[in-house]
Amino acid sequence: MIQIPLIFEQHKQGCRGFTYGPLDVPAAKSLDSKYCRAADARIPCLSELSVVRHYTNLSRLNFSVDTNFYPLGSCTMKYNPKFTERVAALEGFAQLHPLLPQLAGGGMLAQGSLEVLYETEKLLCEITGMDAFTLQPLAGAHGELTGVMLIAAYHKDKGSRRKYIIVPDSSHGTNPSSAAIAGYQVKVIPTGSDGYMDLEAYKKALDSEVAAVMLTCPDTLGIFNPQIKQIADLAHAAGALMYYDGANLNALLGKARPGDLGFDVVHINLHKTFATPHGGGGPGAGPVGVNKELIEFLPISRVIRRSDATFALDYNHPKSIGYIAPFYGNFGVILKAYAYILALGKEGLIQAAEIAVLNANYCQARLKKYYELPFEKTCMHECVFSASRQVKNGVHALDIAKYLIDQGYHPPTIYFPLIVKEALMIEPTETESKETLDAFIETMIRIAGLAEKEPSAVTASPVHMPIKRLDEVRAARQPDLRWKFQE
Amino acid sequence: MNVPGNLLYTKDHEWARIEGKTAYVGITDYAQHSLGDITFVDLPKAGEELKQSSFCATVESVKAASDVYAPLSGKVTGVNSKLAQNPELINQSPYDQGYFFMMEFSNEAEKAKLMDAPAYQKYVEGLAE
Repeated sequence: MIQIPLIFEQHKQGCRGFTYGPLDVPAAKSLDSKYCRAADARIPCLSELSVVRHYTNLSRLNFSVDTNFYPLGSCTMKYNPKFTERVAALEGFAQLHPLLPQLAGGGMLAQGSLEVLYETEKLLCEITGMDAFTLQPLAGAHGELTGVMLIAAYHKDKGSRRKYIIVPDSSHGTNPSSAAIAGYQVKVIPTGSDGYMDLEAYKKALDSEVAAVMLTCPDTLGIFNPQIKQIADLAHAAGALMYYDGANLNALLGKARPGDLGFDVVHINLHKTFATPHGGGGPGAGPVGVNKELIEFLPISRVIRRSDATFALDYNHPKSIGYIAPFYGNFGVILKAYAYILALGKEGLIQAAEIAVLNANYCQARLKKYYELPFEKTCMHECVFSASRQVKNGVHALDIAKYLIDQGYHPPTIYFPLIVKEALMIEPTETESKETLDAFIETMIRIAGLAEKEPSAVTASPVHMPIKRLDEVRAARQPDLRWKFQE
Repeated sequence: MNVPGNLLYTKDHEWARIEGKTAYVGITDYAQHSLGDITFVDLPKAGEELKQSSFCATVESVKAASDVYAPLSGKVTGVNSKLAQNPELINQSPYDQGYFFMMEFSNEAEKAKLMDAPAYQKYVEGLAE
């Protein structure tokens, strides 16, 4: 495959994709020169066909779950069923102006959309065991920040000024980062040799200055922590709240509810658990659920159902943390998640969690002979290996990832969680067939064999891609991000 | 793995070289090796007061970003400005050209909390298990 030149490099003076007819109206007065740029913008000149070919060829290099297996741990890259796209494209939804429900009488013209928001909130409450949701956060990390702001509002309302948020060292990097952005200091608890958060260290860190404990459950090792109830009880006894990072909710659907486990604030990623497009195909959505103690702090507006069964926006929440996003969140994403939840129903969601966990355990069971398994336990929706055996022959997790790209697979998450050296985090999700999993597993076994006998075959990869092994160190040290015109 | 005998070490893989009232601070050979190629380092500012074991710098590699903790309490008296342009010095020469900063340490007794070379060597070998 050849490299595709940048569109700027294809510039040819005089080429046009569109030609204007002769001017048949008086010429507009030109703008005052102080409003004009000093020199013309350097927009590349190409024919329409050249532009179409350029972007079509680029798009053919896209890797997506629609083309290949995508076992990217902690990201839940499940297939996004196409019917939800059709639902989101329905004119009544797609053509609706977001300001309409805020205009006098406009709410009555947007009842269907308001109902979708209202009903989605109810469904998410049922699934997670929470009392109310805001659907506004535009991504998981945005949800986290919103959640931590709710926690801060809760403590402030009680007149307490707590300073710390506790996270385990296996947490998603966004957890400490959200806590810090919301003004908290972070206490990190190490993972014990059993793979769970060190309970003794946790007890020591927990005091009256701790505002919340942020946990991912199942955690980033793909393990369900059986001490979760005890962790929550201890936090509550100290006056701290429990925050649930919902990145791994796919493993629990219909099996356990964060609210029942003792969590007070929950964010979920619609683009993971509820099959809305994800990654470059975004946008995401990170609704935040709370128990009844925190409802009054939720962002405005809130969607309410009036006694006459109509829906309306409600702004009368004096203790609300205010606006965190324009309008009502990524409505199209929420709508797709709503359609997905209704299509699967209760039994379907339970089955999704079961197959997701079964698929991960199948990968773990078949691969553990070949790759180091740092914590030998029944996993949940993902399994975490270490390439430590392969490293002895100079083959690192990064090399395995590059080789997989050559074989048509999106690599698993590598070097995360940070507590596992040379981590390879595989999350197959429920949407993959046994045939796909077997083919992937055979490839992984072949890589383990090559690492023994012919490590250079792995470390030289990728060889079939349009761009070979990148110099990632140089790219990070001397980033070259901007096209410069040749003068 | 290189563990020079004249330095003091922390469990978080920082080293300190004591010269009178001044301590030179950096990360160990083991640390640079586990991080891989280092691409960026965020150093404290001269004049900043540090507390032993508290956060003082960030080091980023192609794999991860990691916090660096002060081995001793005291005031930063100068930083290794070469690292901004040449973070690879940390990989190439972790104990010399790749030092992070200098500090005037304020509490002699804190040195007792640090490991000497044989103790650190043993500690790191224990981690490899």
